[in-house]
Amino acid sequence: MNLETIKKYLKEYDGEEVALMEVCGSHTGAISKFGIPTLLSKKIRLISGPGCPVCVTPSAYIDRLIELCKEPDTCVATFGDLMRVPGSEKNLSLAKGEGGNVRMVYSPMELLTLAKENPTTNYIFAAVGFETTTPVYALLLESLIRENIKNVKLLTALKTMPAAINWLCASGAPITGFIAPGHVSVITGSDIFKPLADKYGIPFAVAGFQGEEILEALYGLVKCQGSGKVMNFYPKVVTAEGNTVAQKKVATYFEESSAVWRGMGAIEGSGLLLRKEYAEFDAGSADLNEDKKLNKACRCDQVLMGKISPTECPLFRKVCNPMNPQGACMVSEEGSCHQYLVNNRR
Amino acid sequence: MKITMAHGSGGRATGELIEQIFAKNFNNEVLDKMEDSAVVAGNKKIAVTTDSFVVDPIEFPGGDIGRLCVCGTVNDLLMRGAKPQYLTCGFILQEGADTEVIRRIVESMAETAREAGVQIVAGDTKVVEGNGGMYINTAGVGFVEEDVEISAQQCTPGDVVIISGNMGDHHATILGCRMGIENTIKSDNAPLNEMVNALLTNKIKVHTLRDITRGGLATVLKELAQTSKCTIRLKEDSIPVSPQVRDFCGLLGLEPYYMGNEGKMVAIVAKEDAAKALELIRSSRYGQDAAIIGEVTDEEAGELWMETAIGGIRSLEILQGEGLPRIC
Ligand code: SF4
Repeated sequence: MNLETIKKYLKEYDGEEVALMEVCGSHTGAISKFGIPTLLSKKIRLISGPGCPVCVTPSAYIDRLIELCKEPDTCVATFGDLMRVPGSEKNLSLAKGEGGNVRMVYSPMELLTLAKENPTTNYIFAAVGFETTTPVYALLLESLIRENIKNVKLLTALKTMPAAINWLCASGAPITGFIAPGHVSVITGSDIFKPLADKYGIPFAVAGFQGEEILEALYGLVKCQGSGKVMNFYPKVVTAEGNTVAQKKVATYFEESSAVWRGMGAIEGSGLLLRKEYAEFDAGSADLNEDKKLNKACRCDQVLMGKISPTECPLFRKVCNPMNPQGACMVSEEGSCHQYLVNNRR
Repeated sequence: MKITMAHGSGGRATGELIEQIFAKNFNNEVLDKMEDSAVVAGNKKIAVTTDSFVVDPIEFPGGDIGRLCVCGTVNDLLMRGAKPQYLTCGFILQEGADTEVIRRIVESMAETAREAGVQIVAGDTKVVEGNGGMYINTAGVGFVEEDVEISAQQCTPGDVVIISGNMGDHHATILGCRMGIENTIKSDNAPLNEMVNALLTNKIKVHTLRDITRGGLATVLKELAQTSKCTIRLKEDSIPVSPQVRDFCGLLGLEPYYMGNEGKMVAIVAKEDAAKALELIRSSRYGQDAAIIGEVTDEEAGELWMETAIGGIRSLEILQGEGLPRIC
């Protein structure tokens, strides 16, 4: 459909109020970047969801990484965005300053070379992520086994979307439609959202990350209010069944588990842990459940559930900002609070 | 040869280093006297500035720390409408620095100074422990004509915003080097004398000039909007970015509006002079990609708004967080 028609419809919409959640942090970023809120009628509200893997990682997980990086002959390898996520007392960046052995990598596969070059160092990879990233960890495991590398383990905090979305709907979050995560859907396929759409009678739209693509998805969601329809507006890369090869690889090494989401608590079936057969590669990922707030007044939990907008948090901007983050949603560039602040969303 | 602590002793090794590398390249009648300080001709109104350069790596596609440290200081002078005259330079060399590399850097500095029409009239060298790196500080003096008043406080509603070329080249160059990403991007480090002179000699009503360095375009314009208590409105489509830098940004999830440049400026000029100003910048050296990207309005104090490609309005903030360290 023609972009101008879509824009006109969304700007002039005057029906029942709709509240649409973009689950994925990359969508939150893109929505800000394209100035999409200014293109919508007041009756269409956008809510940012829990789809930034770094933001939903509980404090106990960070604390465990900090302990590990201080153990002798041990190096914690991580993506850069985890460095400043607060644990119960400090973050990895500070632990590194105190002499902890922490190394930033761009890809988990770098571990293969590192581990071979330094055979006496035990590497722990901070394996955080959603369905999108897990296949890479499966590939890493496959290579570790094939090359008989024994000095790499994973500390996992892996999450899956459908159970978390179910939890949100069941907890009565005021959401009338979802922009389904685009990258996750590449792996899982769009059909994965069908049971949820049916159960709650709300539409899902799989969307790409360009402005036009997001507007199209919003249009679809507003048009289909009240129906349990799953729409795919990202057919270039998303199919109904997804990437079955990747799904199989993941299923080989990982099994479903309960997982703790920062601010939301434990959600049954919303995580993945290494299968028992591969326990030797696990650095103790189960039961890292404690979730302590750095600042008691931080309202990340409500932000992640879409109950408040980041700007409604009393700490927003003045006390909590990217230079001095008080909660995970401000640390990660994909976090809602970070996105609202750097883009001045109101 | 490698630099040792002896080169910083003030003794014979220092003398040789100065003679063979620095004095040889920077020679002019003031410096040649080798006095404790330079005594130079003056002017009623002068502009003074200083800047330290810690870029890593010190040599990169399109430039090096030598060219950068001249351009940075010269451009800072130009942005107040000054004619750059004199520079001083302080070198802090790390032990192990290669004299061949230093020679190349110094030659590049001398050449850039000639291009920018400035004399290097005083200098100093120190050596510290380390592993072969170097830092340079430059200070500069420029002469300002009596009637020239260009400052960050003078953006006025109705003014037009012009930038002198593509955004992000220097930042992408440095980041590409550090991450080992192969590409054809080159740093834009350049002295902007020609375009600023063209604006001044043609009596264009220039209210504000700023070089678009660390923090990038968004940071510079947001600060101008705050200082001048106005709104600046941009059109995203009109901001020039080279296809290579655009791809590079796409790959790394960066935005060209937050990337540093070392040879680009923004000129805020009175509306009636905008077309002429654009033409003058475009026909100057380093200005061929200049473009009008927006306007100044009186809507709200301190706001920077950008109309995105799909027609949405995005409010831009100054760069938050760390950005890329050691870019200049
Ligand atoms: S603004 Fe900061 S303190 Fe408030 S919810 Fe967001 S991250 Fe937490």
